[in-house]
Amino acid sequence: MINMLNGKWRSGPKSSLLNTILLVTSFAIVLVLSVLTDSQPAYALPLHTGNVRAIPAFARKYGLPCSACHTAWPELNNFGQTFRDNGYQLNNDHDSPIYQDPGYFPISFRITPQWHREGVNNQLIDAVPGVAGDPVTGEGMVNGRVTTHGFDLSGFDLWSAGTLYKNISFTLLPAVEASGALGFEAAFIRFDNLKGSRWLNFKIGKFELDNMLSEKRFLFLSNNGGFYQSYHFVPVGEMSNAFGLGDNQLGAELSGHSVNSYTRYGVALLSSNDGNPELPTSRGYDTYLTFSQAFPIGKVGVQRFGGFAYIGQRPTIALTSEGNPIPGAGYGNKSFYRVGFSGDLNIGKLQFLPFYLHGYENAFLGTNTAANAALPDGAMAPTWNAGFVETHFHLNPQFVLTQRVEMIRMSRQALPDTPLNTGNIDAYTVGYRWYPIMFSRAGVAFHNEYSITKTRGNAPLSGGSAPFDPTGTVWSNSVKAGFDIAF
Amino acid sequence: MRLKNALIAMVVLLASGATVSFAQESHIGNLQGRASAGKGLYRRYCVGCHGAEGDGSGENAAWVDPKPRDFTAATFKCRSTPSGTLPTDQDLYDAITRGFVNTSMPAWKPLTNQNRADLVAYVKGFSAKWKGAAPGAPIAIPAEPPVKVEGILHGRELFQKMECWKCHGPEGHGNGPAAATLTDSKDNPIRPYNFAMGSRFKCGVTNEDLYRIFMTGLDGTPMPSFSDVLKPADAWDLVHFLRTLQPMQTKEAEVWKQWQTTQPAQAKQLKPIGPDQGSVQGAMNAQ
Repeated sequence: MINMLNGKWRSGPKSSLLNTILLVTSFAIVLVLSVLTDSQPAYALPLHTGNVRAIPAFARKYGLPCSACHTAWPELNNFGQTFRDNGYQLNNDHDSPIYQDPGYFPISFRITPQWHREGVNNQLIDAVPGVAGDPVTGEGMVNGRVTTHGFDLSGFDLWSAGTLYKNISFTLLPAVEASGALGFEAAFIRFDNLKGSRWLNFKIGKFELDNMLSEKRFLFLSNNGGFYQSYHFVPVGEMSNAFGLGDNQLGAELSGHSVNSYTRYGVALLSSNDGNPELPTSRGYDTYLTFSQAFPIGKVGVQRFGGFAYIGQRPTIALTSEGNPIPGAGYGNKSFYRVGFSGDLNIGKLQFLPFYLHGYENAFLGTNTAANAALPDGAMAPTWNAGFVETHFHLNPQFVLTQRVEMIRMSRQALPDTPLNTGNIDAYTVGYRWYPIMFSRAGVAFHNEYSITKTRGNAPLSGGSAPFDPTGTVWSNSVKAGFDIAF
Repeated sequence: MRLKNALIAMVVLLASGATVSFAQESHIGNLQGRASAGKGLYRRYCVGCHGAEGDGSGENAAWVDPKPRDFTAATFKCRSTPSGTLPTDQDLYDAITRGFVNTSMPAWKPLTNQNRADLVAYVKGFSAKWKGAAPGAPIAIPAEPPVKVEGILHGRELFQKMECWKCHGPEGHGNGPAAATLTDSKDNPIRPYNFAMGSRFKCGVTNEDLYRIFMTGLDGTPMPSFSDVLKPADAWDLVHFLRTLQPMQTKEAEVWKQWQTTQPAQAKQLKPIGPDQGSVQGAMNAQ
């Protein structure tokens, strides 16, 4: 076992032994869980690329270990949050690239070679392989279970981020999907400390929403566990709004923070296209507001609480030419919102991350009805409540145990004949990350995770094909074991 | 039975890990720092540069300039105590909080006050000096006098007379004739402070911090303590003059600029600071 940092840490042997015990124990638990629960298909699940962030280029630039900025990378600690809020600057009058060795280039990459296994039941499968059944009537189809597993790669992140000049920072993140498709996950320029005030920072481009609990820098990677269900949920059957609170968005953001980032705010104006480039939908704009406040409590640690509100709109009518929608010209906008609060509570090595969200979609969005048409009888605006509690136990900077319990409960359906529990989700994820290599120039984490999700009426997120049993339960699970490499 | 034994062994192992500690403590105001808590923090934040043994030989030390502090030597630049004495816990706490400008040592203000106090306690465990000697008594700093041009001119004279310019340069640009030859106590090259950069000082940002720097000296560097040769009033004059070398809008710069504008003939009489200049007495007499 490779020991901590430079191999000279005093309590290294004992830490290594402890790490080994925990590693073996946790690995066994995850394997047993995966065997005990039957598993099924990748095709029915959203493929999550594990597109999360840690930037060793900063560690190389400043000579700090990963653990200086991360509780366990990629999750930021308060020092890392402050560094990010400062525009990737330590503010030591040493941040501008002019002070760097000319050979330094702010590039990092990340990829996760892995083995993973997914499974889901109650799936529509052709009764005769190769003979297409009818997913609308169900004719020629049977209810089946599907399991897939094998060795694989995650998507590949090639990061460049840093300072262009003092108080001007940037990020460029071309992301390569596992399939090889190329896109820009993030690209922005940020003007920091405007008028000499840390309360005024402005950025423009494509960026992650200022979520206190970041889905881009969290500690889960498996297909089921590798995203927050609460961030991406929309009611079953709704097609008009593919919004995700965890999706990077295109827009501009004004933000600010106190000297230690205990107090933070952000106000963003965003195009209503869920971060998709080339203005594919409408001319609408969304707004995202965030605020958080941290309180140090003596020897217990820093406790942070925050609130957020995303107020958006989506078009319901497409302007067409020869019957084809004209991109960016949609109209008949209808509103939706997500509001809630979250926390980052620390008791020594134990970290609790509670989250609550209330979601609302206009009845036109919820029933996929054009704004110039009549709503179905009894149609209402669907609403729901979602939340989770995530727990991390940071045994040491090189080993973290994780778990998350998540629930989504519909409180009102769009149509009166839809059972209230359709779309409800229960999810549980458990895992650990062990960082045998954690230098200031590179990091490797052995990641092992098990996640199971129970969905009412559709699997595992909303959307998908009919017919489905609106009260039926779909179980899906995922296992992932891999080496998360960042350089 | 085996499972039970394994669980017991695991609990014992966890418990023993939790009790590894130094007995060292720190006291900063009402805060009491514990080395046992500081150990984990040091491992997380500091070990990369300062090294597991605190000797400044962390994995990044080779690429860090200036080099990380060697805690085993217990020699610290920023102190409120006389040259050659140990700093107070508050001094170490302030250094961690403030960071060091133009170095790789950031300001660790995002850590909690308790975290920083715990780190102070842990850092003190690297040298036996902390067990054998008490920190020095902080120097007294008299109240700052009002900024006057006479004081600034006197400070300018002292800057010449004390040969500050030899390292810091005639205009405070850090480019004096001796600058290139300076090394610290470990023979690493070291650069004198460049006042023209406008950055904060190594050990603070206020006039009081500047006063403290040259009255205590920066141990481990060629910057000596001037407490034996400068009276407090002289030291304040020097502070006020040094402020005029910075590009910021300060009270001192304002007074200095106004004098140069209203008394151009006298300002012209000032000889440039450097090896060829004797004193500014002429200018002083012209007042």
